[in-house]
Amino acid sequence: MSDGTLYDKVWDRHKVTELPNGQDQLFIGLHLVHEVTSPQAFGMLRERDLDVAYPERTFATTDHIAPTTEEKRKRPLEDDQAEKMLDALDTNTAENGITFFDFESGKQGITHVVAPELGLTQPGMTVACGDSHTATHGAFGSIGVGVGTSQIRDILSTGCIAAEKQDVRRIEVEGSLGEGVYAKDIILKIIQQLGVDGGVGHVYEYGGPAIENLGMEGRLAVCNMSIEGGARAGYVNPDETTYEYLEGREYVPEGEAFEELKEYWGSIASDADAEYDDVVTIDVDDMDPMVTWGINPGQVVEVSEPVPAPADFETETDREAAQKALDHMDLEPGQSMLGYDIDVAFLGTCTNGRVSDFRRAAEILEGHTVDEDVRALAVPGSETVRRQCEAEGIDETFIEAGFQWRRAGCSMCLAMNEDSLEGDEAAASSSNRNFIGRQGSKDGRTVLMSPVMVAAAAIEGEVTDVRRFYDDDQADALTADDVSEVAD
Amino acid sequence: MVDKPQHITDVSGSGVPIYGDDIDTDQILPARFMKEVTFENMADYLFYDARRDEDGEFNDHSLNRFEGANVAVVNKNFGMGSSREHAPQAMMRWGIDGIVGESYAEIFRDNCKSLGIPAATADHETVTELQEWIEDNPDGDIEIDVETETVTYGDTTVDVEIDDAMQEALVEGIWDTTSLMYSNMSKVEETVADLPYVEAE
Repeated sequence: MSDGTLYDKVWDRHKVTELPNGQDQLFIGLHLVHEVTSPQAFGMLRERDLDVAYPERTFATTDHIAPTTEEKRKRPLEDDQAEKMLDALDTNTAENGITFFDFESGKQGITHVVAPELGLTQPGMTVACGDSHTATHGAFGSIGVGVGTSQIRDILSTGCIAAEKQDVRRIEVEGSLGEGVYAKDIILKIIQQLGVDGGVGHVYEYGGPAIENLGMEGRLAVCNMSIEGGARAGYVNPDETTYEYLEGREYVPEGEAFEELKEYWGSIASDADAEYDDVVTIDVDDMDPMVTWGINPGQVVEVSEPVPAPADFETETDREAAQKALDHMDLEPGQSMLGYDIDVAFLGTCTNGRVSDFRRAAEILEGHTVDEDVRALAVPGSETVRRQCEAEGIDETFIEAGFQWRRAGCSMCLAMNEDSLEGDEAAASSSNRNFIGRQGSKDGRTVLMSPVMVAAAAIEGEVTDVRRFYDDDQADALTADDVSEVAD
Repeated sequence: MVDKPQHITDVSGSGVPIYGDDIDTDQILPARFMKEVTFENMADYLFYDARRDEDGEFNDHSLNRFEGANVAVVNKNFGMGSSREHAPQAMMRWGIDGIVGESYAEIFRDNCKSLGIPAATADHETVTELQEWIEDNPDGDIEIDVETETVTYGDTTVDVEIDDAMQEALVEGIWDTTSLMYSNMSKVEETVADLPYVEAE
């Protein structure tokens, strides 16, 4: 049993009582609401004639179904079903006194992008949302959990969830990242090593030099994909990087109140002698950029590694899963992902739709043109991100290269709006899931990678080692020939 | 809503094997069918893509072969991915009252608990034998006894595990956590009053 970790401390502060079923009743300090998983919960509330207990701690935005083109964002939306969902959110938030960052607000965007940038997410909080990527908020040293709709009903009506404490696994990430290798590569490496179900029953505490050296946006990307490793939550202990990021944000108190909060934030960090249920060390020195080859995020390789063969796996079910993945992706064992043709480049999402992601991708795109056969979408994670990018002229770099520059939303990550893969199109995607059908077409193929790798793939029309685009370090870049040598 | 008894001590009926590790909620309920403000129609979309061939006709997916089944028997890490309650809602509305599997993703299992669906776990061998038995006995009865944590099929009874909180909640009829927690609102206020970030506002 863990002791003295941030998780233990935050849990204890938010525990209301133990329930007769043995679970803890846990207060949720920040509840984020969006249009897809909440209307049914508000409906249940209405059926029971219950009010929203803590409207001032509840914030809503629209993301999953948000159209990302200027002309399609006019209300009523062209898509009747989407309009109905948005209309329900309008009504539910207005009736219950909940702040809603709608299209008009200028702050609309993906819940997990909006809350951090407004300073709504702070260290030592519990955060919940009807979306599994609520793990993202752990980047601040908060405990973010994704919940189902019945639990949204619980939070709306009582401010709480019924939950069981989980084990804490410390993941010590050693080493430093080379040029062209980013936070996204770290988390994909972790999932490769520990598996897509490795985190079941655990929360992940990410630490070590490679994590501490990340900025907040990198930490957000790492924590975001905790759920892809089976962990319901993942967090980084708050430090100066965290405090600097938060100071001056819209919902962060100023002056003395800020200093007082900082004391709390510091106090909830894991103790130096904290006890963990498990400690894992992963070294990212000399790591190459990561790309997925399969149909879950654990089916991933460094670009220098060949795609594995089913025979490489130990169990029959793993061999079957690998074969299914190879068939779906139209790959042969031992093949390199380098040179894998792509039809779509998608940059955005709650994993990698932040300003730094677009900045770095723009550095790659500068002076280059998107391959003529590639449809390339840049979708800022929030309207705030979009405006910042536009203020820096990043949008122009994207547009000149041949990207479509869009408005904020989840977009092609799960294709609940009109942005979707068609047929068996292959996408180079900065998103978090490569499940079959995830991007809107059951035959569509998704290759997950970092934003700079997406930019490089867009230019070449195929999976490419982005390090070829850096002037000073071309020696590191790999080509398909290098990988076939490895495979031989 | 589907009517359900408050106390769920056992569920029974015929079985349906759903094969494969790491079956994600995008497969169980593809995102494009989530554009509805109620769960009413979710059964129609259950495993929508996996159950159809290229012409849109039902294929030999086990859900097509074992229509009318009440107990799903699944493999490892079932329900990984999205938090969408649409997935277990679709299973429940299709007719699934209980699940036996090797393991589940956390949110999926929590969602099952919220819906009063027992999700029992057993080892790989036990699950495989049960899946094979269903193939041979498509109309055979399977019973999950939530109280004794056993599954009975044919002449066989095997031990399974049901998470303590889930078992307690189902058997004692307290799986509706809203009313359970609503009775503690004065304690909630005390907890909130002690949170630095709330005071600071």
